Amino acid sequence: MYGTRLRLLSIATPVALIGAFLLAAFYAPMAANEGISQKIIYVHVPLAIVTLCGFVFGAIMAIKHLRTRDPRYDLKSYVAIHMSLIFGTAALITGMIWAKAAWGVWWEWREATLVSFLIVFLLFCTYQPMRFSIEDPDRQARYASVFAITAGAFVPVNFLAVRLADAYIHPRVLTTSGSGLTPEMNVAFLAGIIAVALLFTLLWQFELTNKNTRFKLRALRRKLGDDEVAYGRSAAPRHFDAPEAAT
Amino acid sequence: MTETLPDKGGYVVAAYLVFLLVLLVYIGIMALRISRLERELVKMHEIVDAQREDRAAAPAAATPVVAPEPSEVGS
Repeated sequence: MYGTRLRLLSIATPVALIGAFLLAAFYAPMAANEGISQKIIYVHVPLAIVTLCGFVFGAIMAIKHLRTRDPRYDLKSYVAIHMSLIFGTAALITGMIWAKAAWGVWWEWREATLVSFLIVFLLFCTYQPMRFSIEDPDRQARYASVFAITAGAFVPVNFLAVRLADAYIHPRVLTTSGSGLTPEMNVAFLAGIIAVALLFTLLWQFELTNKNTRFKLRALRRKLGDDEVAYGRSAAPRHFDAPEAAT
Repeated sequence: MTETLPDKGGYVVAAYLVFLLVLLVYIGIMALRISRLERELVKMHEIVDAQREDRAAAPAAATPVVAPEPSEVGS
């Protein structure tokens, strides 16, 4: 099902990542005011952008799930949010390291960009426990979709709120009036976004393939009359844990 | 710890290492999951083999052992 796409992504992603990091290290010039610590933005900002896009993508998949009741969209939404949490963790840690290098502190509570990102991240952190707390698979999928849409709406709202705020100290990379980056920096930055987005897509596909394969295997085992297949409570979608899923 | 870093280059290395570490941990988790899938596949093979053996043994057990008819001996 995912064979060709996965193979292509598996080749393209490492090439893009290595290319982006080489561009960041050797092609992009050193920032005059910030020095070498500015190089962190080539990994931190793409991670943060892809994380937020992943949350929005999860919300879009959740809308599709509610509209069609197709469990595949619930699975796609779940995996997108799961991946975004992993990328978000990396974005937060790399951001803290950058803050320490640039501002001298690990975290700045007065900075709207940081706090709004943390709020969105923590909001989505409750997604999995919320799913886990609902036993019925259909109800779990519906409630999770509603949650994903509501929480996903916070992403653009937060983005706009932070932009409209007057005072901020966090540098702006995505602006309409120019980011303050040189053309070489922009090339490295865009390469970083593409590479991290490809990595997200690759891992998302891996996770989907893994889950689909497991569902089908379990369904086949049940079809073969194996009664040892355990069906415990799970945060992951379980629609496919049925004998007919193998067909 | 940060005081011992030579300059801000240490922070850059740390940030990229965090990225690499998260990636490696995720790949490790995926490897564990794939090995679990493999174990499930082995289990399924065992079930299929056992069912095949049962099916092969069932007709033999159901048929009474009798001496062949004289007409069948030559065929």
